[in-house]
Amino acid sequence: MKWDDQKASALIDSVHAEVAAFLGPDGTTASALLPILQALQANFGYIDTNILPQIAERLNISKAEVHGALSFYHDFRSQPGARHKLKICRAEACQSMGCEDLVDYLAQHHGLIADESSALGHLQIENVYCLGNCGLAPAALFDERPMGRVDRQKIDALVQQTREILS
Amino acid sequence: MMNETGSGVRIFVSQDSSALSVGADEVADAIHRQAQQRQINITLIRNGSRGLFWLEPLIEIETQKGRIAYGPVSVKDVASLFDAGFLQGGAHPLHLGVTEEIPWLKRQQRLTFARTGVIDPLSLEDYCAHQGLKGLERAYQLGPKAIVDSILDSGLRGRGGAGFPAGLKWRTVQEAQADHKYIVCNADEGDSGTFADRLLMEGDPFVLIEGMIIAAYAVGASRGFIYIRSEYPQAIEVMRKAIEIARANNLLGSGNRHFDFDLEIRVGAGAYICGEETALLESLEGRRGQVRAKPPLPALKGLFGQPTLVNNVLTFAAVPWILAHGGKAYADYGMGKSRGTMPFQLAGNLRCTGLFETAFGMSLREIVIDVGGGTASGRAVRAVQVGGPLGAYLPETMLDVPLDYEAMLAIKAMLGHGGIVVFDDTVDLAQQARFAFEFCTLESCGKCTPCRIGSRRGVETIDKIVKDIDRVANIELITDLCTTMTDGSLCALGGLTHLPVMSALTHFPQDFGIANPSHSRDQEH
Repeated sequence: MKWDDQKASALIDSVHAEVAAFLGPDGTTASALLPILQALQANFGYIDTNILPQIAERLNISKAEVHGALSFYHDFRSQPGARHKLKICRAEACQSMGCEDLVDYLAQHHGLIADESSALGHLQIENVYCLGNCGLAPAALFDERPMGRVDRQKIDALVQQTREILS
Repeated sequence: MMNETGSGVRIFVSQDSSALSVGADEVADAIHRQAQQRQINITLIRNGSRGLFWLEPLIEIETQKGRIAYGPVSVKDVASLFDAGFLQGGAHPLHLGVTEEIPWLKRQQRLTFARTGVIDPLSLEDYCAHQGLKGLERAYQLGPKAIVDSILDSGLRGRGGAGFPAGLKWRTVQEAQADHKYIVCNADEGDSGTFADRLLMEGDPFVLIEGMIIAAYAVGASRGFIYIRSEYPQAIEVMRKAIEIARANNLLGSGNRHFDFDLEIRVGAGAYICGEETALLESLEGRRGQVRAKPPLPALKGLFGQPTLVNNVLTFAAVPWILAHGGKAYADYGMGKSRGTMPFQLAGNLRCTGLFETAFGMSLREIVIDVGGGTASGRAVRAVQVGGPLGAYLPETMLDVPLDYEAMLAIKAMLGHGGIVVFDDTVDLAQQARFAFEFCTLESCGKCTPCRIGSRRGVETIDKIVKDIDRVANIELITDLCTTMTDGSLCALGGLTHLPVMSALTHFPQDFGIANPSHSRDQEH
């Protein structure tokens, strides 16, 4: 969805209200920061930094604190990303089953380099460290779909599929 | 979770992430279609996984002889399964017999995971029919003080990795005086090679909720959070639904007549460090996940500065069994100071991977060779990393160590969260040591300089060693750097990176181009 300031404001208010309702009189509503950023990211695919002052004001914290959280967590991005995302696990269990070969293959055969935006904009590869599917390594997460025992054939099929969706 | 197509034979197809990752949904659809075509009544239940991952997608049929398993099933096998009469447990190349009799499952001692893969995860009725809520009933009878006594008697230690006695932590929070107390479940399972928290949350969410209600009642907490990492979308969904069901059934929220307590899911945002309890609390409060200095302990000043009980998923999930059967019964399992059972996670280059819950004390060799069946590649086992990315790499010659907190410490290794990752003889331990530093660079919260900067220097120095640039001096530098990081870091990330690095260097010196690090100077001169 395209960024929409009004929609973003409504989201900030509703998530803030939800968190405050759960906490009751105790706790501080600044704890709504991550849920708010997550809601924006989930809705728009990224977080437009122009909205940060509004979040800071709503939660009664400084803009620096909002920016601090936004830049700290790997999940948040402040630029729109590709339509599809393939998170590929690079941690030890997947290394033991050849994930590095898959990363090289994606780069060499498909020109898709991990943690760099793809030239085509249809599929973005992200490095991730453990998806909790270490029994069926190498593991990946395509958007929200878990993939196990990933091999070159599965990679080829996926790249093909995302191109078709685009065209 | 139930996909009613009538009251016919009950078929179980897992909806665990691991099963989904190899096509469980597609298999379930194919079964559904075949049944319709053949006009056969079936009831398809989407359960959790039994944790026998190499057999996923595993499907089970309920028969008079018990549940019969078939696996690993792919879509193209489904028609032939129907032809073979699998609905009556008929013979087929994928036939595995009665599930409970599969040796891999039969030799386990499943206390925490007794229901995972057996029940419909979101059926509270099913949960109660399998001993669910017995622990909570007992807890309400016992009262807060006796609950903590039970936990102390059980010898339960924190399953997140540190192994701190759970009962002592509970007692501290219980005795703390404050208007508000909190309880936090650490479900930020970021260690590579571990998946027990995820498996449990997806397969038996109510046991975690029950454990947390008991804990909250014992320590006097009014609000609780389950902090789940964002990499676990399926677990988040199942837990959210389970909490709603628990609320609707007056286990949580204003309907609970015993005390005021409610639970909420919070989702992480892709930071490994938030698995560290103080960073997790910072994150919950809406800040960067930077670790806090201890003391003050979170048990006294935790979330929002209030007394907070922070435990791992597996710690809370062990609690209902302990309450239902008594602390002593739990303590009867295990060895030394490691009491009870541990859900070990067999991962990486192994033939038989999955969840293996057993009493502490089994040797690592038995787990890797007998249970795990050796490597998936069929090559020799060269290294085993136990306890996640901050755990030591052990050579084949050291596999006789018993899986026990103290025995692992004695050989400069750690049990951690129970993840066991196996590598075959193609692994390069210098690269693994480099990765340990690199991972620390990527995930350091930045608070402690030795962790933030030291890890970068570590990567560069290993590169120099591998290229044979001033090798002897650089190996000394690595040793020195590891000491500085250990002594100068607040938390386990900087504090334990020496374990994978130094174990690689000590046990696999040839990968660093030397025969033995302690004699390297003599040899080069």
